[in-house]
Amino acid sequence: MGAQRPYLALTPDDVAGLLGTIGVGSVDELFRDVPEGVRLRRPLAVEPALAEQELVAHVSALAARNAHVGAELSFLGAGAYDHYVPALVDSVLARGELLTAYTPYQPELSQGILQAIFEYQTAICELTGMDVANASGYDGATVAADACYLARHATGRTRIVVAQTVAPQVRRVVRTYAVGFGMEVVEVPHRDGVTDPGDFAAACEGAACAIFQQPGFFGCLEPAPELAAAAAATGALAVAHVDPLSLGVLEAPGAYGCHVAIGDGQGVGNPLSYGGPHFGFLAAREELLRRLPGRIAGETVDADGRRGFVLTLQTREQHIRREKATSNITTNQTLCAIAGLVYLAWLGPQGLRELGETCLALGGYARERLGLPLCFEQPTFKELAVRLRRPAEEVVARARAAGVHPGYPLGRDYEGMDDALLVAVTERRTPAEIDRLADVLAEAGA
Amino acid sequence: MTGAAGSGRRVPAGHVPVPGPRTWPDGTGGASAGRVQGPGPGVALLYEKSRPGRRAGTLPSYPLAKVEVPEGLRRSAPPRLPEVSEPDLVRHFTALSARNYGVDTGFYPLGSCTMKHNPRVGERLAALPGFRDLHPHQELDGCQGALDLMWRLQVLLAEVAGLDAVTLQPAAGSQGELLGLMLVRACLAARGESGRAEVIVPDTAHGTNPASVAMAGFDVVPVATDARGNVDVGEVRARVSGRTAALMLTNPSTLGLFDEGVEELTRLVHDAGGLCYYDGANLNAVCGISRPGDMGFDIVHFNLHKTFATPHGGGGPGAGPLAVTAELEPFLPVPVLVRRADGSFALEREAERPLSVGQVRGFPGPFGVLVRAYAFLRAWGPGLREMSQAAVLNANYLLARLRDAYELPYDRLCMHELVLSARNLKRDHGVSALDVAKRLMDYGFHPPTIYFPLVVPEALMIEPTETESKETLDAFADAMLAIAREAQTDPQLVRSAPHATVVKRLDEARAVKQPIVRHRFDP
Amino acid sequence: MESYPEELLYHPEHDWARVEGDEATLGITWHAQDALGEVVHYEPPEIGASIVKDEGYGELESVKAVSDVIAPLSGEVLEVNLRVTEEPELVNDDPHGEGWLVRIRLSDPSEAETLLDAAAYRASLASA
Repeated sequence: MGAQRPYLALTPDDVAGLLGTIGVGSVDELFRDVPEGVRLRRPLAVEPALAEQELVAHVSALAARNAHVGAELSFLGAGAYDHYVPALVDSVLARGELLTAYTPYQPELSQGILQAIFEYQTAICELTGMDVANASGYDGATVAADACYLARHATGRTRIVVAQTVAPQVRRVVRTYAVGFGMEVVEVPHRDGVTDPGDFAAACEGAACAIFQQPGFFGCLEPAPELAAAAAATGALAVAHVDPLSLGVLEAPGAYGCHVAIGDGQGVGNPLSYGGPHFGFLAAREELLRRLPGRIAGETVDADGRRGFVLTLQTREQHIRREKATSNITTNQTLCAIAGLVYLAWLGPQGLRELGETCLALGGYARERLGLPLCFEQPTFKELAVRLRRPAEEVVARARAAGVHPGYPLGRDYEGMDDALLVAVTERRTPAEIDRLADVLAEAGA
Repeated sequence: MTGAAGSGRRVPAGHVPVPGPRTWPDGTGGASAGRVQGPGPGVALLYEKSRPGRRAGTLPSYPLAKVEVPEGLRRSAPPRLPEVSEPDLVRHFTALSARNYGVDTGFYPLGSCTMKHNPRVGERLAALPGFRDLHPHQELDGCQGALDLMWRLQVLLAEVAGLDAVTLQPAAGSQGELLGLMLVRACLAARGESGRAEVIVPDTAHGTNPASVAMAGFDVVPVATDARGNVDVGEVRARVSGRTAALMLTNPSTLGLFDEGVEELTRLVHDAGGLCYYDGANLNAVCGISRPGDMGFDIVHFNLHKTFATPHGGGGPGAGPLAVTAELEPFLPVPVLVRRADGSFALEREAERPLSVGQVRGFPGPFGVLVRAYAFLRAWGPGLREMSQAAVLNANYLLARLRDAYELPYDRLCMHELVLSARNLKRDHGVSALDVAKRLMDYGFHPPTIYFPLVVPEALMIEPTETESKETLDAFADAMLAIAREAQTDPQLVRSAPHATVVKRLDEARAVKQPIVRHRFDP
Repeated sequence: MESYPEELLYHPEHDWARVEGDEATLGITWHAQDALGEVVHYEPPEIGASIVKDEGYGELESVKAVSDVIAPLSGEVLEVNLRVTEEPELVNDDPHGEGWLVRIRLSDPSEAETLLDAAAYRASLASA
């Protein structure tokens, strides 16, 4: 030891001094408890160290090989969206006191993070119309699994009902987790792109929870109030998976009787970043507060009566209740959730509504301008499923050759939909760009 | 009654506090100018600053026909999001950050959390447009650079673990644990051994271990720690059976000790037909020195936000990749990253991976975190063992300096962290580990982990990490010794700490009894 | 102050029973509440539930700990101390009195013979 190494502060003299105080002759001696049989007797077989400028050159070269949404005009959505991230978000997230803090176990040194989480929880409750929210989950898929675990304990039942219009990645994650939960998953097929409340009600009989998505994966608006009522009538928890940025124009799940509202927060102040890190949110009715997974920030007072914030109801959590905990989650996505808070505050209620209206209007323009038959004749938000004259995979390849990614081929997840394309139109896609998509699709023989 | 642990003492009323030193005299160590502030008025909530008609964000408006939401689905009452200007927002979050303590602020020896320096180059790299603005559904030919980086990271992690295959999908260590147990289930099923339901977990384990076991549908079989601080081999021998599915072990343990019987433990479990899971929370002690695969483990999770220095963001994001043996590789979650014969990369899904346990996350991985961890590993290269050596050296130095003032439950050299007990201060002066922790704040340091592991009463778990200088370690040790003296001379000063923070000790009991978990708007 | 009333019977897991005919009132001892710290939540059993000697019948929580409350005797729950669910700190303030947790009808009154008297319980604390 002692040669110059990145991010270390110890000099050779320091090392000698430390060893002297400890009373050992060498650094190797510190490892004397490591049995001979498990020691690595050679250097790690990895590539040589890079100086910072070499590292930047190497990694930049890797980044340059990716066709990002600034290089290829993108109409991809299907669970991750190209929404604008304001400069303000970058600036707040660069604050080292927030960026480099751990979970706020010591509240007197963590008032900033704790207050931000409290404000975030409030924003999520306001968006969804629910009473309480946790400090975030990993993403929109894992919070769906969290909701199922919560429902199992709240109802004592073991069946999960999921509409087939819930995003495929969310359904896959729920299926994976359900095995360990000892739960079975029943999917409800769609009719013309949306879920039929009668079908849903029949499946909900005896279920722990019933999950639907608003808007559905095809972009179609679900009869959400009727689906929630169908679930609730059977004693199942009604779980709405919602697009948070739709909630300026679409009704809040709390207003139509849901027990739990969940969703993916990526579009809310977080860049695409090839799928992560993002955050998932989970909000619920008051009576489920003690069953929520993960961290929760709460308000209290200090010894002098000053307002302060702490992590609260911690006995729900793994570090205290261990195998009886409401979840195993510890690290969540705090910084991503704070990005969400900054973004929502930047937008404000009026901005959120305008954003929703803009997405609706662009969707309407795309419908008309693309001139392609819709898979389902339904009102939509942000995404549009269109029928093509040839396989969607082929059209995607041709359009990309012209510099446009036209959308997500639905045949990847739904049988019989090889000729269907899911086109996402966020506020970042201008009418001129939609014109270009129309032209490129026409040239591609779509 | 059984199982009482931890502590939550009431703050004594009526005491006039004596402020502690707010900066370290020579200006080095934990204290920094940013934290020189005593109690004062708080920061109003964003919602309290809100004024109707104010806004920060601007949006494009296009001359398009309006599209209405059908009646019955339309939002009936707007969400009460704050209405504030951009300057207000900048000041608000700047004020909040000033009320928070990170590694950037000062020394943060939070045991088992590995709060090392977070290299800034990682931030620059993760923000490259080719990464930041890359859609997770982009076609393979449009994301080869991202996949190449992930592949390279997988190769590095496999070498550090001493195992064959890696998945980068888990979003955090706890999700890695849960996924690891799903792999155990799948592997046992493939061996025709589905009946195995028990997972052996030492009493020193992080709470996530038993919680993950329960979520994965297994039963916890606890085992005790022996007098030297190792897992009790005799007890494991007695507990393994045809019902054993797996052993979950953290090594070095949460006592900061390398388990001297680790080879015997993994052998016992393998002989009984079970699998061995290595909780990588404490991997910072042994990178390049001892590999979990060589210790006999089949599955390892990494905490990239600990060992490989990605910023923890006040509670996340993290990343919890798994490394596994070749036998477990077919069960890895989809999508699985593969390299084709022509050197290009692809993602295999359910159809190509029939034995996969499924998908555990929306998209292939917390990519932005992966970029930072990859950068850290490439900055170190083969010298990574020197990182672990420095971490262990720093911890042993603190142990040597503090062992006479605090009780040492296991008298051995430690690894990357040391666990002391304030039992002597509690017994002699009524000063608890919590009090010591709070008093450290007055000296400008973040406290260590306290009351964990549960097997040590009044535990103080201190992890200095490799990136701290001797000056910082000395300043911290001096503060710990000063507090031990204060416990004798002025115990009330310690019991009523902190005095120099923006708020004084907070009433956590009230927050549970009358939970307020969101802002209440005036009617 | 630490004290253990003579008229109570004690279980080694720091629980007490006040036996009156074929009924008993149960709670946790001064020592138990001291170890737990300020009690912030009581999760009681349901009225009518059967509880079994040496097994948990409810939960008490402090801010950073949760404890199963162990039944010193077996029986059927007749009454739950609802005041403790509202004011859990009663368990700290008066563990052997106002802070009682449940009243049960004993299913096997002879079990009481296995419990400790106050002197024996105090001795067990001293030797721990």
